[in-house]
Amino acid sequence: MREQVQRIIDENGKVIDGAQLPDLSEDDLIRLYRLMLFNRRVDERMTKLQRQGRIGFYVGSTGEEASIIGSAFALEPEDWIVPCYREVGAAFARGYGLFDFLCQIYGNTQDVIKGRQMPCHWASRELRLASVSSPVGTQIPHALGMAMAASIKGTQEVALTFFGDGATSTGDFHVSCNFAGVFKAPVIFLCRNNHWAISVPVGAQTAQQDLAEKAKAYAIDGVRVDGNDVLAMYAATRQAAEKARRGEGPTLIEAQTYRQGAHTTSDDPRAYRDDAEVDQWLEKDPICRFRTFLIERGVWSEEQDSALEEEFQEEIRAAIEEVEKIGPPDLDTLFEDVLDEVPWHLEEQRDELKSLSDQ
Amino acid sequence: MPKMNIIQAINDALRVEMRRDDRVVVFGEDVGKFGGVFRATQGLQDEFGTKRSFDTPLSETAIVGAAIGMAINGLIPVSEIQFADFIYPAFDQIVNEAAKMRYRSGAELSCPMVIRTPYGGGIRGGHYHSQSPEALFVHTPGLKVVIPSTPYDAKGLLISAIRDPNPVIFLEPKRVYRAARGEVPNGDYQIPLGEAKVLVEGEDATIVTYGAMVHTVMDAVDKISASDGITVEVIDLRTLLPWDVETVLSSVEKTGRVAIVHEAPRTCGYGAEIAATIAEKSLLNLQAPVLRVAGLDTPFPYTLEHEYLPNEKRIRKVLNDLINY
Repeated sequence: MREQVQRIIDENGKVIDGAQLPDLSEDDLIRLYRLMLFNRRVDERMTKLQRQGRIGFYVGSTGEEASIIGSAFALEPEDWIVPCYREVGAAFARGYGLFDFLCQIYGNTQDVIKGRQMPCHWASRELRLASVSSPVGTQIPHALGMAMAASIKGTQEVALTFFGDGATSTGDFHVSCNFAGVFKAPVIFLCRNNHWAISVPVGAQTAQQDLAEKAKAYAIDGVRVDGNDVLAMYAATRQAAEKARRGEGPTLIEAQTYRQGAHTTSDDPRAYRDDAEVDQWLEKDPICRFRTFLIERGVWSEEQDSALEEEFQEEIRAAIEEVEKIGPPDLDTLFEDVLDEVPWHLEEQRDELKSLSDQ
Repeated sequence: MPKMNIIQAINDALRVEMRRDDRVVVFGEDVGKFGGVFRATQGLQDEFGTKRSFDTPLSETAIVGAAIGMAINGLIPVSEIQFADFIYPAFDQIVNEAAKMRYRSGAELSCPMVIRTPYGGGIRGGHYHSQSPEALFVHTPGLKVVIPSTPYDAKGLLISAIRDPNPVIFLEPKRVYRAARGEVPNGDYQIPLGEAKVLVEGEDATIVTYGAMVHTVMDAVDKISASDGITVEVIDLRTLLPWDVETVLSSVEKTGRVAIVHEAPRTCGYGAEIAATIAEKSLLNLQAPVLRVAGLDTPFPYTLEHEYLPNEKRIRKVLNDLINY
């Protein structure tokens, strides 16, 4: 028999009968809320900047904040987060700063990755955030390998990788699940089932729309969670991580959520999906329900909420203002990091390019 | 000094590195218990245990993809792809992921890893056990590409590849895996990546080659020198990227006549890059056009593989054309 969808708070912010609240302090609950709201406000502001032509591209995660932040929040600092391109919220939960994120989006001299990738393709070794690539699903075997390395080294690290429902169609997903089962790797496969892979609904993506079921083919655990319930996401991820640390192997978590916005700023979902479906999911919004939960528990108030909105607005505004003053990377950076040292043929190409640009 | 074949030299290199550095792990299909279909990893599991030398399920994508994750998380994976012909499922992981990790992350992350794979024809292996895909990897920014031709070089180059901080594609000439024998020092020594070797000096022409073709070329040159009274300089590139342009150009300066020999198809093959570079940097030293002896621009055949592969006849013709131009 299929397991129930794991839930802790319902769409109205009420604790579900019999559900056990995770062991989180009031400060932690507020941090979760702040992270989700911050993620959304950043998304909104970045989308506007793209519309104004100030940045080239953006990938939002509106509606999916709980699945991204609740899960990341359940990990330890030594655990790896191996994202696709929609999980900057997980990076924020790790302490990745807005300034660094904006520098990456603008691709300027302060950008850690030196202007080499499109917006939302960040990385941080210090924070154990793997590098984002655009092709779907290719990061999944990396998380597997990080987890296998932890087993080989005898450390307690867990690797969590994010991917969407579309990625479950890729070979990289299946081969990684298979290896993870064989090696009992301490890895968490976190599928954000947001129901849309650009314009293709999950129903056209796979005949097995119960994505957690796919775990069975590899004899690994598959659990389904209300992906708009941040506490359920936290609890399920915590459980999977603890299990992995005990040497009991991988878990596939299907976070059932919804991509409220476009795939990216290059996409227009009105061309392929009904507003009615979107409206239905807006009622299940992860941030609204968690705010209600917090207010009803007395740990948050409307006044605090207004103050927080102002705080974020100012923080984001100030960061953009600062980042827009920073110039593009130096030409030399084009040739660095291809290999650890610049080989002769790249030195030649660099010198030629520089001699022309000096003219 | 002990005499070894290439398989034994590779096994020895892996053993040296696994003893030296706990981070080195060796895995792939049939690699652990059996020691690999060519036995290059034989005995490693006995010495280093199943955590450091192990069999994987059958997926090149996951072998390479997992190696990337291991490399990021502090190991030095040396994975084996059973035949270079089977590497294409992992192509995306190699080209878009391993090769780009350092660059795309601003060196936040990198992939110190080696992918070993037997390549090349002449073993009655047909299309799927004979290919030479080196140009695909040389054309991919972010990789080093190494091809040894002798046991001595195989060991020294593999040790260097394992210690190199970049992803290295290490293509092993399987036709001469056992046929090429030579003295190999015990213990630790390195051959720097990026350095070619002049195998024999000559005045009349230069042949630039690598891998299994080194042996074909050397045999042919021995005979042609004896019969035609010419001397040919033979350069074994050993590393295809970064390649040793200086050694090649100084030979061009000396002989003025150059042929490149490789068994991969001719069009956009590695020889084209060498020929173009010589034309760009040393045109006035040339006494004849740079010529190529290469595999045919056909899929690799089974019955007629020796017609496909460069051989003495074709090398003789090209040397003749160069010298009589």
